[in-house]
Amino acid sequence: MEQLKTIGRELAMGSQGGFGQSKEFLDLVKSIGEARSKAEEDRIVLSEIETLKRRIVEPDIPRRKMKEYIIRLVYVEMLGHDASFGYIHAVKMTHNDNLLLKRTGYLAVTLFLNEDHDLIILIVNTIQKDLKSDNYLIVCAALNVVCKLINEETIPAVLPQVVELLGHSKEAVRKKAIMALHRFYQKSPSSVSHLVSNFRKRLCDNDPGVMGATLCPLFDLITIDVNSYKDLVVSFVSILKQIAERRLPKSYDYHQMPAPFIQIKLLKILALLGSGDKQASEHMYTVVGDIFRKCDSSSNIGNAVLYECISCVSAIYPNAKLLEAAADVIARFLKSDSHNLKYMGIDALGRLIKLSPEVAEQHQLAVIDCLEDPDDTLKRKTFELLYKMTKSSNVEVIVDRMIDYMININDNHYKTEIASRCVELAEQFAPSNHWFIQTMNRVFEHAGDLVKSKVAHNLMRLIAEGFGEEDDTADSQLRSSAVESYLRIIGEPKLPSLFLQVICWVLGEYGTADGKFSASYVTGKLCDVADAYSNDEIVKSYAVTALMKLFVFEIAAGRKVDILPECQSLIEELSASHSTDLQQRVYELQAIIGLDAHAVECILPSDASCEDIEIDKNLSFLNDYVQQSLEKGAQPYIPESERSGMLDISNFQAKISMKLQLMVLVPEPSYHREVQQAATVPSSSDTGSSEVKLRLDGVQKKWGRPTYSSSAASTSNSSSQNTVYEVTPVDGSSNVNSKAREASYDLKKTQVEISPEKQKLAASLFGGTSKSERRASSTGHKVPKGSSHVLKSTAGSTTDVLVEKTTPVQPPPDLLDLGEPTIKDGPSSVDPFKQLEELLDPTQLGSSANPGIVGSTSAPDIMQLYSDKPASGQSGGFMYPSSSNRSDDNLVSGLANATTDSAHNITAAAHPSQFSKGPNLKDSLEKDALVRQMGVTPSSQNPNLFKDLLG
Amino acid sequence: MHDSHARFHSPFSFRNFNLTSLLGRRNREKRKKVQCPRFTESARNSQFLFYYRSFDLSIRMIRFILLQNRQGKTRLAKYYVPLEDSEKHKVEYEVHRLVVNRDPKFTNFVEFRTHKVIYRRYAGLFFSLCVDITDNELAYLECIHLFVEILDHFFSNVCELDLVFNFHKVYLILDEFILAGELQETSKKAIIERMGELEKLE
Repeated sequence: MEQLKTIGRELAMGSQGGFGQSKEFLDLVKSIGEARSKAEEDRIVLSEIETLKRRIVEPDIPRRKMKEYIIRLVYVEMLGHDASFGYIHAVKMTHNDNLLLKRTGYLAVTLFLNEDHDLIILIVNTIQKDLKSDNYLIVCAALNVVCKLINEETIPAVLPQVVELLGHSKEAVRKKAIMALHRFYQKSPSSVSHLVSNFRKRLCDNDPGVMGATLCPLFDLITIDVNSYKDLVVSFVSILKQIAERRLPKSYDYHQMPAPFIQIKLLKILALLGSGDKQASEHMYTVVGDIFRKCDSSSNIGNAVLYECISCVSAIYPNAKLLEAAADVIARFLKSDSHNLKYMGIDALGRLIKLSPEVAEQHQLAVIDCLEDPDDTLKRKTFELLYKMTKSSNVEVIVDRMIDYMININDNHYKTEIASRCVELAEQFAPSNHWFIQTMNRVFEHAGDLVKSKVAHNLMRLIAEGFGEEDDTADSQLRSSAVESYLRIIGEPKLPSLFLQVICWVLGEYGTADGKFSASYVTGKLCDVADAYSNDEIVKSYAVTALMKLFVFEIAAGRKVDILPECQSLIEELSASHSTDLQQRVYELQAIIGLDAHAVECILPSDASCEDIEIDKNLSFLNDYVQQSLEKGAQPYIPESERSGMLDISNFQAKISMKLQLMVLVPEPSYHREVQQAATVPSSSDTGSSEVKLRLDGVQKKWGRPTYSSSAASTSNSSSQNTVYEVTPVDGSSNVNSKAREASYDLKKTQVEISPEKQKLAASLFGGTSKSERRASSTGHKVPKGSSHVLKSTAGSTTDVLVEKTTPVQPPPDLLDLGEPTIKDGPSSVDPFKQLEELLDPTQLGSSANPGIVGSTSAPDIMQLYSDKPASGQSGGFMYPSSSNRSDDNLVSGLANATTDSAHNITAAAHPSQFSKGPNLKDSLEKDALVRQMGVTPSSQNPNLFKDLLG
Repeated sequence: MHDSHARFHSPFSFRNFNLTSLLGRRNREKRKKVQCPRFTESARNSQFLFYYRSFDLSIRMIRFILLQNRQGKTRLAKYYVPLEDSEKHKVEYEVHRLVVNRDPKFTNFVEFRTHKVIYRRYAGLFFSLCVDITDNELAYLECIHLFVEILDHFFSNVCELDLVFNFHKVYLILDEFILAGELQETSKKAIIERMGELEKLE
């Protein structure tokens, strides 16, 4: 055996005429090759490292030996071990005059070092010298290093030499100089921007290699700025023509194709230049057509060029003949047995489908084969194609398939992508409400934590608003189907948090709306959720709020509320929760279910989540109060920008305005931004745009059937609304389906041997091509619930109208003020302690900056301010009307204390400007007085919340 | 876990190297056709949760080239983007896992993080090229083949053992072929000539 091994080694060495390395090195490689385990290998390498460490510092090492040491270092590093102790020796070796050693040194440093390594500075000098060398091999070696190791700071040190080398007599040097310049351009475009004309010049180089290398930087440059290179179209076309006519040296042939890699690069460039440019494209048609004809489709490289031709044809201004040729090639690719070619075919089809959608139909069965292929790469590519060709006729099949596939993906990155694609397609093309809900359920169920929270909010909004059909029955059907499916799903283990939030909200809002399920059944389910996900506070908050809503609806309907024992224990448990938010909600719940039907109906009106909230951003209703205070000698308000050393109020303001406008429990950065945007719109000045509400415009466009939220819509008159829904999309899709079925029958006639399932799938995917248009976003909009109120109020434009409108509906005043809190809502996620701090901070601020106001403030005034809220109370919160109570209760409780505590007055006085609400000051003052008389304030039930802070 | 190739050639090969000609011509030993185990999903399931910052998407280029044997031993690794050492090892490990058990009938392209790995197997060696997601896959596949043809020419009937003992020369050839992440020279003749000039100095 030993003998045989020796023979083997000798044989191996013999094949090269000797490796030129010592036995030691050969033994090292051999022993590592024979290592039986990773541990053994590591041991060998570590001992090698020790040897090298010792040897490499010995004095007077022969050059050959030193070279071998460096190569051994490279080897050690390649095996995954650290050889950094030897880097300096590699650097030293680059200084050597012997070309072989120098090259070895250069090779080692390019492998060892990155461009930001400290040792680079020691090489730059050598590189500079070597770039000027007479020996072109040394210059080449130096240029290799330049490409790898020169960074932004050292570019100027070598730039002049590199530019000079562009005119070197050896083509190898010119080529590398171009690559180096290209690299500089990538690293720091500004440092070489004055030199890009050199690339143009080098395009005419005599050597095809240099010309080919020049295409790389030109491709980058053209990608960035197409228009400056339009003049080169003719040159590129003529080069491509010459190559196609085999006028390049034979040595560039590869598998009988003339310079295919250069052809591909040129086609890429032409695609860029011809994109959207008819004139430029016309220059290219002939040569691209030639290549289509000449390409050898039996070799890989021929197909690579053909694929690039298709890419080019689909990018440039379309030409019928070329598109036809491209379609032929795609057909050949897809019919091939090779997976690689199928993959290229699917990809090419995706490119071509934009220009000629009918191409896909010919290949439906091939596409389905690819979809069912066990090869994941091919499958994903096919899904990408399907995504591109989705339309309302085939959305069901495609999204279903996508979800089925998604379920089994473990790669989170890709799963997220597929999930968001499913959502996008479902939102865009959903044929029916029911299908949409089901689809969203599946997406949430299987990819819940990867779905963006915005998607959940869209879903909730959709369920609340419905699709905008004229009659409400469709909407209520949607809701009951949602409720039904959620009640079914809710018992399943390990649902994602986001999905549970949706479920809880929908069940709370509509759980008992259609009377199919009893309140105790739904509340029982909600309690189960809160129990099962006991460490998810957001879900628990949603659940508690949902419980509260259900109880309230029961009370409002005149039924007796029976709280299940598990529900009772949940409430008790949560009332001692560590989360003050949860505590707050439970206390509110307890307070509210003790009230009578009239009261609760005001607090939580049924199905009021779509109502608008009016916000008077200018706080004009405070004008009287401010005037009053000023008359009493208070100092005028000093804007934040004019104060110095103060707290950051803007943040505080943003938070408060968010509380007012958003009822979103989950904090999401994008919403913050939107809110702030919304908040900047002055609400009292103009009507149309003044409605501050959730910004839904973007989403709505996607969905296709706009809701009332678009500001233009709310001002339009009702007659225009009636005309909108002439064509119901559901009908449309059913037509399409029947067409698809017809198509599948046609198919059967011609292709008998194909399995019926596949045909069916093909038909459903491709059948409805005629209806390819995406669901146009209709111009109409949904009439919101309570639309008369909203429309009038906006039309009236003044807040007075709003008040007039709302007052008749409101119950007697003593109850009304309990309804007040509903207007406001705070994102639960805001830390309650933060809120308290916020309440306190302005106090100090106010007392130092505005002592006058503080001094003059009296308790009733404050009440007045707060009681302004009810004006818009009628319209209710949009999403979480019930959850909104909380922050208001805080305030109300604070107010209750305020009557006796002057310190709190200050807090409140500095504060109210943030809470903008309806106008009627006097009314609200009276109401507040009544509240206090009744003594119904949450503070009595949750005394600990403010006590310590208010002293 | 030994390569069945290696075992088959044991009289003439070190345990984990093999002398099979990469291009399969003029075989020193008759090559035994080895049926790869069917590609399993789990092999693909390494989690690509994080992405390189240094993988700048704006620049299109070859990100790295790897030569690995079936055991995952790296025979050559050239990175055209700066990566930490630990990251390099991770990449090598993941790429090997991605390609080693793929069905030979499958595509030679695998998604890798935000990029794509084009790989090709020659005897027991995997050549992997990491490129942009939108690049022409077939062209890079042929690019690998051209590289192997060059190696084959240079080492006259190359096998893994040649590459193991002469890895530094392979690096030099690579430097003539691909520079700064771009194809620099596509003429086999030109590269061989250049290498010949260098060899003369030895």
